[in-house]
Amino acid sequence: MTLLGKLTWSAIPLDQPLPMIASAVVALAILGILGWVVASGRLPYLWREWITSVDHKRIGVMYVLLAMVMLLRGFSDAIMMRTQQALAFRAPGFLPPEHYDQIFSAHGTLMIFFVAMPFVIGLMNFVVPLQLGARDVAFPTLNSVGFWLTATGALLVNISLVVGEFARTGWLPYPPLSELAYSPGVGVDYYLWALEISGVGTLVSGVNLVTTILKIHAPGMTYLRMPMFCWTALASNLLIVAAFPILTATLAMLLLDRYLGFHFFTNTDGGNVMMFMNLIWAWGHPEVYILILPAFGVFSEVISTFSGKPLFGYRSMVAATMAICILAFMVWLHHFFTMGAGADVNAIFGIATMIIAVPTGVKVFNWLFTMYGGRIVYSVPMLWALGFMVTFTIGGMTGVLLAVPPADFVLHNSLFLVAHFHNVIIGGVLFGAFAGYTYWFPKAFGFRLHEGLGRAAFWFWIVGFYLAFMPLYVVGLMGMTRRMQQYDMPEWRPWLLLAAAGAAVILVGIVLQVVQLVVSISRRDELRDLTGDPWNGRSLEWATTSPPPAFNFAVLPTIEGEDTYWTTKQRARQQRQLADEPDYIDIEMPRNSPTGFICAFFATIMGFALIWHIWWMVIVAGVGAYATFVVFAWRDEDEYVIPANEVARLDRARRRSRTDALAAWDAVP
Amino acid sequence: MSATHAPTHVSGLAAKRIVTGYGFWIFLLSDIIMFAAFFATYAVLQDATAGGPSGHDLFDLHNVAIETACLLASSFTCGVASIGAQARRAWLFHGAMLVTLILGGIFLALEIREFAGMVAQGAGPTRSAFLSAFFTLVGCHGLHVTAGLLWLLTMMAQVFAKGFRADIQRRILCFSLFWHALDIIWVALFSMVYLLGAGS
Repeated sequence: MTLLGKLTWSAIPLDQPLPMIASAVVALAILGILGWVVASGRLPYLWREWITSVDHKRIGVMYVLLAMVMLLRGFSDAIMMRTQQALAFRAPGFLPPEHYDQIFSAHGTLMIFFVAMPFVIGLMNFVVPLQLGARDVAFPTLNSVGFWLTATGALLVNISLVVGEFARTGWLPYPPLSELAYSPGVGVDYYLWALEISGVGTLVSGVNLVTTILKIHAPGMTYLRMPMFCWTALASNLLIVAAFPILTATLAMLLLDRYLGFHFFTNTDGGNVMMFMNLIWAWGHPEVYILILPAFGVFSEVISTFSGKPLFGYRSMVAATMAICILAFMVWLHHFFTMGAGADVNAIFGIATMIIAVPTGVKVFNWLFTMYGGRIVYSVPMLWALGFMVTFTIGGMTGVLLAVPPADFVLHNSLFLVAHFHNVIIGGVLFGAFAGYTYWFPKAFGFRLHEGLGRAAFWFWIVGFYLAFMPLYVVGLMGMTRRMQQYDMPEWRPWLLLAAAGAAVILVGIVLQVVQLVVSISRRDELRDLTGDPWNGRSLEWATTSPPPAFNFAVLPTIEGEDTYWTTKQRARQQRQLADEPDYIDIEMPRNSPTGFICAFFATIMGFALIWHIWWMVIVAGVGAYATFVVFAWRDEDEYVIPANEVARLDRARRRSRTDALAAWDAVP
Repeated sequence: MSATHAPTHVSGLAAKRIVTGYGFWIFLLSDIIMFAAFFATYAVLQDATAGGPSGHDLFDLHNVAIETACLLASSFTCGVASIGAQARRAWLFHGAMLVTLILGGIFLALEIREFAGMVAQGAGPTRSAFLSAFFTLVGCHGLHVTAGLLWLLTMMAQVFAKGFRADIQRRILCFSLFWHALDIIWVALFSMVYLLGAGS
C-alpha cells in the first residue's frame, strides 16, 4: 500500500507518441487560454459571471460550449478510426489493437455522454425558462452543480488520455470483458467513475427541469399552451429521472464486482452476465429518446418559425411526444435479440419497436403539413431541419428493419447497425443541436451567426455524412462486423476508403463551423440583432431582448393562448403601438454561488482517487464535498434585489427598440 | 422580504415550499427507481447461491423485527419533529429529532451486526451472486439511512444556529420526505428479502 495507490510514473504513456502529442497540444491550448485569461485580467470576470453563475442562460451556454469542445475530441477519435480502417487492409495500420480499442470506446462514450447530452441539456436549460415566461429554473444552484459534475466526468475521461488508459470494452462495458479478470487496468474504472459522477449531474438537471416545466411558468401558461420544445423537454427529462438511476445502479454493480469481488456479472459463483445487458439497455434505450426528443422540439420550433405558421397538429404532436416517452421503456430488449430469450419475447419487443415508428411518423407528417402552404425561409436552422427530415427518415427505416428479429440475427453487431445509429444520432440529434445552436445563438449573444459559412458547413456536413455512413450500410450487409482493427476482405476496401473520404468532408464542415464562430464574433457589429426577435419568432423567448436581462422578463407576461408572442406581436402591429407600459416592481434573483464548481473540484479528486485506489484522498474529498454543502446551507443571503428603477430602465430600452421595429415593419407596404 | 417585491424569482404561481417539495418528490421517485434496479437484480439472483447458504439459512427474523420496529417508530418521531418545526417549538423539534437519531442508530447497529455475523460465518458478499445482491440491496438502504442520520444532525445544527427560517423549514420538509421514503423501501425490503427469503 503506497501513498498514491496504484499510480506510478509508468501510468504516463511516454513511449506512445500519439496520445502524448495529442495531450500536449490540448494542455498547451488550455494553458494558453488560461494564461490569456489571467494576463488580460479577465479571471475575476470569468469567475463572477460564468463559473459561479446560477443563471440558467449562462449555464446553458456553458453546457453547449462543453459539448462543442468534446465534439472536437470525439471527432478526432472518429477520423482516426476511419483512417485506420482505410489503411488496415492486410496491414496493421497505424493504431495497434490495444490503442484502437480505447479509441472506439472513448469515441462512443464522449459522443453520447459529453457531446449529445450536454448539447441538448444546454439548449433545454437556456430555452425552457424563457419559453415558459419564467425568471429561472426551479433550483438555480443545483443547476450549476449539475453542470459542473458533468464537466467533471468529461475531465476524467480526458485525463485518461495522459494518466493511465481508457476502457477497451466499447462504449457500454459488457461483462465479462469489463470484469477485473479480463480488464485488469484502470481503463474501465475511468469509464465507470466518470459516468457515475456525470450521471448524478444529469439526474440533478433532470429533476430540476421537470420541476421547472411542471411548476414554474408565467400566469396563464397552461400545459397545452406550452411551446412544443417545452413538451419535448418535459418528456426527455422525465426519461432522465426514470432511466439514469438504472445506469447508476448498473455501473455501481460492475464497480462492486471490480473493487470488492462481488459476483453480479462474473462467470463464476452464480453471476449473470446477461443481466448487465438487460439493465444497461433499460437505461440505454430511453437514453436515445432523451437525446432525440429535444431535437424534435427544436425542429418543431424552427419549422414553425421559418414557415411563418403555427405548428400543424400541436395536440397530436404533444400526444406523439408523450407516447414516445412511454414506449421508450418498452423496447430495450431489441438491443439483444440474439441473447436467446425466445421467439415469443423477441416478437413482442420487435413489434413494440416498430410501433414507435407510428408517433414518429405523426411528427414527420406534422412538420411537412406545417411547411405546406407556408412562406418558407431557407435559413441555416431550416436547412438543418430539412436535412434532418430526409436523413432521419432513412435512419428510421433501417431501424424498423433491424427491429425484425430474424433480420437482426444477421445484422446485429455489424457495420449496418453502426450506420443505423449514426444515421439517427447524427441526422437527428446532432442536426437538431446545430439547428438549435444557430436558431438561439442570437438570443444568447445578441448577434447572429454568419449565414454563408453556416450554409457551407451544413452542406459539407450532410454530404460528408452520406459519404461516410452509406458505405457502412453496404459493408455491413457484406458481413463486416463493427470494431475491426484490421481485415483482409478486398471487396470491403473501396467502401471503407469512401467512408474515410466522407469523414474528411465532415472535417471540412467542422472547420467551417469553427471559422463561422470566429468570423461571427469578430463581425458581431454587422450581425447585431437589436430587436430581440431576429427570425420573426412565435414563442416567448423572442419577446425579451437579445441577450435577455438576468431576470428574463421585466414583468411576467400573461399568456392567452398558443404562440403567445405571435399574438402579442400581431396585436401591436394592428394597433401600431406596443401595449401600455406596465408598473415595474423590484425583482429578487438568486445569488451566484461557487458551490457547483467547488463540489465538482472535490468530485474530480474523489473520482481520480477512486480510480487509482488512493483511499485517503477519497476520504478527504468526500469530507470536502460534504463541507461545501454545509457551508452553502449556512448562507444567510440567497437572493439579491434588482430595484424597480433599474428594471424600468432596461425595459424601456427594450420598448424603444421594439417601437423602432414596429415602425420599420409599418413602413413596409 | 418587503411587500413591494415580486413574490420570488420563481413567479407567483407556486410558493417556494411547494416547488421545493415537488422537486424533492421527483428526486425520491428517481431514488426509488434505483432501488427497483437493485430489487430486480436481487430477484434474478435470489437462487444463485453457488452452493453457499441461502436466505433460509441466514436470515434471523427476530433481529429484522426489531430493526423494523425501530425504523417505523423513527418515522413517527420524525413526523413529530415536523410538527415541532411547523409549530416552531424548538424543544419538541430537537427532542423528536434526537429520538429519531437514536432509533436510526439502533437500526444501523443491528444491520451492521447482522452483516458482520454473516461475513464471520463465511457468508460475505463475495461468496455468491445471491449474497452480492443481498448485501448491495440491503446495504444501499443502510447507506441511505447513514446519509439520513448525517442530514438529521445537520438539520438539528441548522435549527440550533439559525432557528426556523423559511429555507430551513423547506429542508426539514425534504428531510422528512426522505426519511419516510426510506421506510417505504424498508417495507418492500422486509417483505421481499427477509419474509420471502426466510420462508423458502
